[in-house]
Amino acid sequence: MRDAADGAGTGMTHVALVVELTILALAIFLGFEVISKVPTMLHTPLMSGTNFIHGIVIVGALLVLGTADDTLLEVVGFVALLLATANVVGGWFVTDRMLEMFKRRPEPRKDEAPKQ
Amino acid sequence: MISDSNVIGLLYLATIVCFVLALRFLSSPRHARRGNWVGGAGMLIAIVTTLLLDGMGNWTLIVPAGVVGSVVGVVGARKVKMTAMPQMVALFNGVGGGAAALIALAEFHRIAPEPGRVGGTEAVSIVLSALIGSISFAGSLVAFAKLQELIHGRPIVFSGQHVVNAAILAAAAALGIAAIAGAQGQWVVVALILLALLFGVLFVLPIGGADMPVVISLLNAFTGLAASATGFVLSNTVLIVAGMLVGASGTLLTLLMGKAMNRSVANVLFGAFGQVQAGTGTARTDDGRTVRATTPEDVAVQLSFARKVIIVPGYGLAVAQAQHDVRQLAELLEQKGVEVAYAIHPVAGRMPGHMNVLLAEANVPYDQLKEMEEINPEFPQTDVALVIGANDVVNPAARSDPGSPIYGMPILDVDKARSVVVMKRSMAPGFAGIDNELFLEPQTTMLFGNAKDSVVKLIAAVKAT
Repeated sequence: MRDAADGAGTGMTHVALVVELTILALAIFLGFEVISKVPTMLHTPLMSGTNFIHGIVIVGALLVLGTADDTLLEVVGFVALLLATANVVGGWFVTDRMLEMFKRRPEPRKDEAPKQ
Repeated sequence: MISDSNVIGLLYLATIVCFVLALRFLSSPRHARRGNWVGGAGMLIAIVTTLLLDGMGNWTLIVPAGVVGSVVGVVGARKVKMTAMPQMVALFNGVGGGAAALIALAEFHRIAPEPGRVGGTEAVSIVLSALIGSISFAGSLVAFAKLQELIHGRPIVFSGQHVVNAAILAAAAALGIAAIAGAQGQWVVVALILLALLFGVLFVLPIGGADMPVVISLLNAFTGLAASATGFVLSNTVLIVAGMLVGASGTLLTLLMGKAMNRSVANVLFGAFGQVQAGTGTARTDDGRTVRATTPEDVAVQLSFARKVIIVPGYGLAVAQAQHDVRQLAELLEQKGVEVAYAIHPVAGRMPGHMNVLLAEANVPYDQLKEMEEINPEFPQTDVALVIGANDVVNPAARSDPGSPIYGMPILDVDKARSVVVMKRSMAPGFAGIDNELFLEPQTTMLFGNAKDSVVKLIAAVKAT
């Protein structure tokens, strides 16, 4: 995609920009639509789940570091990738940990010995 | 190695579909966890696709950064306590925003080796990504420090603060416009980032700890927008869409939180709430009514012979770490044939939906957790409403007293229950600093003491009843 935008003349770049803006506009509506269906009960997992999703900047960090050809790009790319990886991995694990806790009432009531 | 741009585009599209599905699955706690796995698969596709692109190198740097970042992420996610979830989310917002700002800086450096080569679209996206990402990074770290109590949660204000903040933001914007207009040199973007960082710090400092749910939601939206702007820099649709989904989510949650507190988002962000409203409480206690204290034994009898009990947990319950004991109490009552439900106010806790997570952690089944709109009509048929560590969210002044600072805020209609037991440490007012008429109502009794101790005593008393 990058190549298409870079390699083409200015006319093509404009087309690409319009397409990108169209995608952006649709994403806004889609986002509001999907998010408004999430119940209040799950808003904390929603926040950590979207935390995980914005970790997609890892793609950008990889592109920067993977094609870095001078020291500044290497340093900046390295730090960016470090942050983005922590974001992706941490965001996913913590969301999974939370969602695992949400359980329905067990069908047969078990008489558990009260601890604590 | 992948070089066909159609294949690359399709693989990124698969990621987008996975992310949307992940959010879609979150509409029910039953499938939510599966959704997270789908989202994880999507992320994996995007990462692997990117790694396989033509011209990728520097593996000696990529691998260590990835490994260290993963270890930090896993350890952090495993160790964090559920009460500390707001800090964790703030931190992840911050690192995401920081990464976006750094990518913008790197791209500016890469495509502007000589003056005037950055195209208009790229320049605008780079400036936005750097600006929003940096604000999000610095603001999130301050929010983290406040929530973690590394710095004081109270609003930090000085005179002329708004003017200073506006000046800093204006200066950053001016640099941004200069960069877009073709100003030479990377110092422009570096200075822009530094100013935005400063603004992020000053922007969150004056906001009180109790308003953090709004701030965290807003910073969540910011990081999403920064990621989306990065997508325009790199002409990468997956970043544009995924970033915007997060932007939409954060915006919606910000508005919802504002609504649940009955305050405009602008008021939260610029009002320095705690500062303005501390001590505005108008004492209306001189009309002869007094609060009635009760004992655990009396409450135990009330609860045991009730048909329906609604538990109203507030953050005081989480602070006292009494969730497990409350769940035990509820199970004990259910064994006696009492119907028990939990009424959760949208702002109970320190972030949207926080109380639900804390109770789920204590093994409370989620079908017992009721939202405000759902449970409010049930209060008139409720024998006992047990309020534990909540105050402002059950204050009837929000419905009846136009002079009250919380007037208009949606509350749980606890006062409509046949009897109300309020468990509280003392008669100190809630964070809004206002008196609560509920405590003076004839059907209300107060059980004073630490929430955990009181609940433990209640359990013993219920067992003995």
